Amino acid sequence: MKQKKLLAMMLLAFSATGAWADITIGVTVSATGPAASLGIPEKNTVALVPKTIAGQKVNIILLDDASDTTTAVKNAKKFVTESKVDVIVGSTITPASLAMIDVAAESETPMISMAASRAIVDPVDAKRRWVYKTPQNDAQMSTAISEHMTNSGVKTVAYIGFSDAYGEGWANEFAGVAKARKLEIVANERFNRADTSVTGQVLKIIAAKPDAVLIGGAGTPAALPQKALKEKGYKGTIYQTHGVANNDFLRVCGKDCEGTFLPSGPVLVADQLPADNPVKKSAQEYVAKYEAAHGKGSVSTFGAHAWDAFKLLEAAVPVALKKAQPGTKEFRAALRDALEGVKNLPVAHGVFNMSPTDHLGFDQRARVMVKVEGGAWKLVK
Amino acid sequence: MDFQIALLLGQDGLTNGAIYALLALALVLVFAVTRVIFIPQGEFVAYGALTLAMLQAGKLPATLWLVLALGAAAAVLDSAQALRHGASRRLPRILAVNLAAPLLLWLLLASVDLAGLPLLAQIVLTLAIVVPLGPLIYRLAYQPIAEASVLMLLIVSVAVHVVLIGLGLLFFGAEGTRTPAFTDGALDLGSTTLQYQTLWILASSALLIVALYAFFGRTIYGKALRATALNRTGARLMGISTTMAGKLSFTLAALIGAFSGILISPITTLYYDSGFLIGLKGFVGAIIGGLASYPVAAAGALLVGFLESYSSFYASAYKEVIVFTLIIPVLLWRSLTSHHSEEDE
Repeated sequence: MKQKKLLAMMLLAFSATGAWADITIGVTVSATGPAASLGIPEKNTVALVPKTIAGQKVNIILLDDASDTTTAVKNAKKFVTESKVDVIVGSTITPASLAMIDVAAESETPMISMAASRAIVDPVDAKRRWVYKTPQNDAQMSTAISEHMTNSGVKTVAYIGFSDAYGEGWANEFAGVAKARKLEIVANERFNRADTSVTGQVLKIIAAKPDAVLIGGAGTPAALPQKALKEKGYKGTIYQTHGVANNDFLRVCGKDCEGTFLPSGPVLVADQLPADNPVKKSAQEYVAKYEAAHGKGSVSTFGAHAWDAFKLLEAAVPVALKKAQPGTKEFRAALRDALEGVKNLPVAHGVFNMSPTDHLGFDQRARVMVKVEGGAWKLVK
Repeated sequence: MDFQIALLLGQDGLTNGAIYALLALALVLVFAVTRVIFIPQGEFVAYGALTLAMLQAGKLPATLWLVLALGAAAAVLDSAQALRHGASRRLPRILAVNLAAPLLLWLLLASVDLAGLPLLAQIVLTLAIVVPLGPLIYRLAYQPIAEASVLMLLIVSVAVHVVLIGLGLLFFGAEGTRTPAFTDGALDLGSTTLQYQTLWILASSALLIVALYAFFGRTIYGKALRATALNRTGARLMGISTTMAGKLSFTLAALIGAFSGILISPITTLYYDSGFLIGLKGFVGAIIGGLASYPVAAAGALLVGFLESYSSFYASAYKEVIVFTLIIPVLLWRSLTSHHSEEDE
């Protein structure tokens, strides 16, 4: 009898510690500052993720880093020292994510970035062991563009991009694949997000007479060169990058964007995907959840990167729970290993197949070519 | 570069330069009268454009709440001051201007179909919402420290700028907007075309500059502003209220800023934070004019516009560097040629 009582008490004590050891996730997004149009849908998405994973309560600590590298690092440090998080999700943009790698590696905390650059997870070295990311590499997207260009008979291309990391990254990435596909880059221009006019750059591009123009910009600012090109009578094909894949871009660009091609994650055209596409169901799930909370047409591809980060966790946490209790160093290590072992996980942007050398895990199913038609996104078959 | 490209670039430079010139004039005006280096000048550009866009989308502009809140705060402060001085007969006027007027505006906005109004009415409403922010900001942020040093006023300017940017993100969201052109289409000039909106900008800017000239030269209020700019103490001795002068100069600055925003929003996408850079370029123009000379400031702003346009053709990656580097030789030249007076510091 006494023994039974003791056992019961011990059980109670254990279950109490179990309840204490909630899974803590530290999320830092750029909900203000220049990257706010990416960070806000991510923030909104975080509010929609499940509150429990594998029966464990999930505590999410959400901080804003104002698109600022220093603040992002500060947030990450706060997560690991004060909140003792099990995993860090963030940040929205590449410079901030790169700077956070050191914090993650030092504290041996897994980190899932929502920024695009390949440099965040490649090569997987002693530090980047701890780092994963959910957005497609620019290389995957630029190959899709160059492939489409050669298929439609384009020989000469002009590039105009942001004069920041995004525009430079695309310029380098595209120069690489263009060379491989024998596309000639006849003009290479830059503009600022806040510019009120790109007439000079556009005139130079038109004077170079390219078959196609690639605009390396993100969000609504990328509409400026497109409108200027049309206004000055450019007749060739215009390509945009996946950075513009939200409905605000369509609203601002209006009829000047008709016929524009861009690569994107499949979530942008979830409903148009063929039924046998493995991504269709998981992408539609996210779209339905987001639009139920924020209204029809409100969904953007950026928020889906946050969704995918949590999908990864939902797959990896149950595996890690078998090895250790949340809140411990062992759990963080087990979670890192479990993330590396995620296989065939369909999410909003593609199918994850992680490996010790690939901490993104997307293949060509993670991108589609999309055309702007009648003020809407249309899947190019 | 052939002649046609040069012409197009010149046209582009002139258009942007005209906007910078307007802002440079506003900056010179505010500095001359109140010694405030008005960094938030550019925010009025963004607020004007985005408020108009919100009206056109049929939504009640969020800037209205800011006017109501600031108006209420100003009413409380002014009433307390009036009561302390035993001048309770000033109360009705204070309440009418700061509380009743914004409330009436709210009623008006709530009762009409905003999206269906003609463009002119929408512009007038936008100005009615955004322009009062000027004197209200002066009342709340600058009037209590009107006699402080230029440096302290500058620090307050930075604070006001940061607050307005943050509120802008809250009000308008992170994405940009464009408003339809006043008149669609373009004028065919043989080898080149001229957008009607460009003509609107040039004509409106010229008209506004002439109107300002007439205001300062012919009206009693304009002369009072000039007197305050020349000698604050002397102007006060002559019975000119420096508070009135400050509010008036801020009203004009807000009017110029908001109207500039309305003018350029059909030719470019404006964001909650794009006003700052536009204002900064106007500031470069104002610096060329030594923050004192209106014609030189306007010419300087035009120079900034042209420099920006041509450098975006030749070296687009270094455009901003080229534009802002302009300020160094200008400062050097000014410091070598002008006799610096220390009286104000």
